[in-house]
Formats: sequence, C-alpha cells, structure tokens
Amino acid sequence: MTVLLGTPWPDVPDLLLPALGETLRMVLVVMSVVVLLGGPLGLLIFNTSPLGLAPNRAVHVSISWIANLGRSLPFLVLMAAVIPVTKLVFGTTIGFKAALIPMSIAGIAFFARLTESAVRDVPRELLDVGLAAGSSKRQIITSIQLREALPGLAGGLTLNVVAMIEYSAIAGAIGSGGIGYLAVNYGYRRFDDNIMIACIVLLIAIVQLIQFSGDRIVRALTH
Amino acid sequence: MIEIAGLTKSYGATTVLDGIDLTVGEAQIAAVVGPSGAGKSTLARCINLLERPTSGTIAVNGQDLTRLSRRDLRQARRQIGTVFQSANLLRRLTAAQNVALPMRHAGVPDAEVRRRVADLLDRVGMLHRANHFPSQLSGGQRQRIGIARGLALQPAVLLSDEATSGLDPDTTRSILDLLTELRDDLGVTILVITHEMDVVRAIADVVAQLDHGRIVEQGAVADVVRRSDSPLSRALLPMPPVPADSGLRPWSVRYQHEQVSPVWLAQAGRELDTDIAVLAALVEAAGETRVGRLTLGLEPRLDDRRVVEVLGRHGVVAEPVDRAVLRPVPAAADQEGVA
Repeated sequence: MTVLLGTPWPDVPDLLLPALGETLRMVLVVMSVVVLLGGPLGLLIFNTSPLGLAPNRAVHVSISWIANLGRSLPFLVLMAAVIPVTKLVFGTTIGFKAALIPMSIAGIAFFARLTESAVRDVPRELLDVGLAAGSSKRQIITSIQLREALPGLAGGLTLNVVAMIEYSAIAGAIGSGGIGYLAVNYGYRRFDDNIMIACIVLLIAIVQLIQFSGDRIVRALTH
Repeated sequence: MIEIAGLTKSYGATTVLDGIDLTVGEAQIAAVVGPSGAGKSTLARCINLLERPTSGTIAVNGQDLTRLSRRDLRQARRQIGTVFQSANLLRRLTAAQNVALPMRHAGVPDAEVRRRVADLLDRVGMLHRANHFPSQLSGGQRQRIGIARGLALQPAVLLSDEATSGLDPDTTRSILDLLTELRDDLGVTILVITHEMDVVRAIADVVAQLDHGRIVEQGAVADVVRRSDSPLSRALLPMPPVPADSGLRPWSVRYQHEQVSPVWLAQAGRELDTDIAVLAALVEAAGETRVGRLTLGLEPRLDDRRVVEVLGRHGVVAEPVDRAVLRPVPAAADQEGVA
C-alpha cells in the first residue's frame, strides 16, 4: 500500500482557492433561487393560514405539504431521488449543475419555513393597523409584514446560507466541485491530511464569518 | 357620525355582541364601558369591519359599511381613524414614518405627506420626537404618535380601543385632553372603548355600558349621573362606604351643581326640623356639568315621602338606601381607588 504524502502546504492554496470560488458560486446561485421562490412561498403559507391576511385552508394545507416534502428527505437521499429531474433539465447527473436542483429544492423548502416563521412573529395587531387604514393586502405584506420581519428574515437567511454551504459539501459526492468535493476527493479518498485540515479550517472560518455578519445585520435591523 | 343598528356578532354558537344599537353624534365623544369579556373590543373591531358583523348595520357618516364592496370598504375605512391599545407602532419605522404610513398607502403626494406629518406631530406635541423609533419613546409618547397616525387621513371618526389603559394618570390625562381638543378643534367624532370610569367622567358626552354583549344602559353622561337607581351611575360616581351603624337612616341624594342653592342642605335640615348628617359626599365633574352625590344620615322617625318632597323642592333627588347599596359597587375592579 502506497502511503501518500499530503499536498505540500505551499501548494494547498492552488487547490483550495478555486474550490472556495466554486462553493461560493454554487451557494450564491442557489440562494438567489431560494430567496426568489422560497420567500414568496413562505408568505403564501403564512397568509393563507388562519392568522394570515387571506386565510384559505385548502391552499394552505397543500402548499404546506409541498414545502414539507422538500424538507422530509435527508439531503443525500433527496439528491439521489431527483437525479431523473436533473438529467431531464441539464442532461447531466454530475457536477455543478447537477447539484443546483437538489440544493434549490431543499433550500426553497427551508427558506419558505423560515420566512413563514419570521412573518408569523410580526404581531397580528400591526397587520390590523394596515387593514384599519384601508391599505391593500399587497401594501400590508410589503410595507408592514416584510418590513417588520426583516430582522427575522436576515436571521433566517443566515441559517439558510450556512445550510447551503453544508449541502454544497455533501453535493461534493456527486462531483459538484467546491470545498466539499476537494475534502472528499483529496482528504478522504487520498488520505491527504493537509487538504483535509485546510478544508475544515476554511469551512469553519466561512461559517463563523457568515454567522457573525448575519448577527451583525440582524442587530442593525432591530430597533 | 356613527350609527350602529342591531349589530350582532356570533362565533359559532357563541354570541359576543347581541343587537347593539348605538348612535354617536357628530363631534361627540362616546364611551363604551364594560367589564372584560363584555364584547368591547369586538365592538371596536366591528365598527371598522376588521370583524364582519353577523347581522346589523354600521353607518359612518350615513354610509353603511356592511354593504360595501371590498374596494369601497378600503376607501371607507380611511374615514375612520383607529387608535389601538399600546399604540401598535411599527417597530422599524420612526415616529414620522409611522404617521406617514397610512398616507403613503393612500397615495397622498410626498410633499403633502411631509406637511401633514409635521402638522400632526405638532398637534400631538411630538414634533421633537419625529425621528425617534418607538423603542426610544415612552408609553404616553407612543400613544400620541398612535393618535397622530389615526388622524393621518383626516378621518371624520376616531376609534380608540383602550388607548389609555396601562398609562399612568398624568399621561392618561394628557391623552384625554388631546382627544377633547380634537373633538373641539377638528369636530372629530370619537368613540372610546375603555374599562376606566375615570376616562368616561373626564371626556365622554355619552356613555353606553356593555355587558354580556348587550348595551344594558346608555345615555348622556350628564343624565346618567343623575339617575339614582342606575348601576352605571353608581359605577361612574361610586360612593365611599359609610360608617357601619350610626343609628341614622342612610339616604342617597344627588344633584346637579348649577341647579341647587349653595345652602340647600342647611335649609332642608331646617324645613325637616332635624339635624342632617353627611356620611359621605362627592362633587365631581362629569362631562360638561358638575354632579354632587351625598349619603346623608337622617333620623329614622322622619317620613320618607316628606324627605323626598322637601329635598326635591331644592332640586335634589333623594332615596333611602339599604346598606348593601352603600358598599362600593362590586361591578368592576376598575373602580378601585376612585372613591
């Protein structure tokens, strides 16, 4: 059995930095989709609930069920389960593109729930302020519900970004690229301790940085 | 002007409001009082149709809100300013932005919004707090901003749902003065929902008592306080307890300050040929008038009818009371300390 030496430290950045770039790109693309689709979905779930602006049991129950669907499977299983969809859309089942669909599905479902929970925390009486003043539902949603929920939404977004970094690492298993892929291929399969250590340190640093910035933003938004 | 007729609100089998009839004239302040659970808040929420009544009509300035389409209702709600308990200010907006919100939603032009926000904040004495966030304001200041916001769309009617509950007496006083000012200067019709009798005495022109979803008593405050046998009157002006056994017969009397001679008590005593003991006495402002209520101790030998007649000649309503009536009225905890 060949004992492989780890990648020499001076060469580590050459592998690590492109991987970091890929991870960030993946998270950025997925998060745009997640916010764009998960946010409205969360608003819909809340506002069709009995506490919302347009209670509708049938709609509420069905979209709530759909959102749960995206969250019921462990990410690895979800990834495998949606392979046919991925193949249909992108014509490939590995790599960056292949990771986008399962990550988006999991992320949208997660962010929908986070959004729902953030707007649920806005006191009902504040919605009454808008209703009593003759504001439209759209006005109430944008300038009362979302605005008042902003700190909660920022907190949710932080959680979601961290989760997506984690998922992007899991997606390394289907060759998505990024830090996770690097850690699996070099650190795990080739026993490259240096790369493993570098990946771990980098992931910890990124997550800490995101959480720290997120907390700062939440504080800045809270009056 | 608000005209409520036959307003009923039920949730399933539970009837919260049962056939409410209530009219508030233009530039009047009406108070709806009652214990918790009487249906006061539901009534407030029915008036601007935040809750849709099960039956009955609610007309504001002659327009029946219950018949309006959704779009017209939104328009109509703009004539009804609402001041909420604990102000309900948006936490992430400054005082000025909170006041501006209804105007922005109604599409008032920017320049006009700025001008009116400044006017309104000035009127409620909060111009110097325009750029403060609600968390930087005291409860009374928040409530002032809430009132300014309620007035933002220049409503004909202002609804105030427990707007002063939880405020200290001085702050309450200043908020009530502000409401009176709005009635007098702007001719706003104001409906105040409250559980505090002090509030009613201080500002209301008319009062209605709600109990178990029905109005059990209503009338002009000046009339109600002169009623001798009314629970609402006793709640409005509760008498202090009298000494247990003085050997005298207690009589409850009341009069309106401007209708009696300053020396009526002494004169009545001479006419009845007896010494009259004053066991308890209150003279209080109620609406526009001042009302005196006394518990007198009279010798038991005196003829009831003669006492009523003599006092009546002096413009004083009198009736003998049994001791049960003399104890503080148990009707509501909110009268504690009033006596």
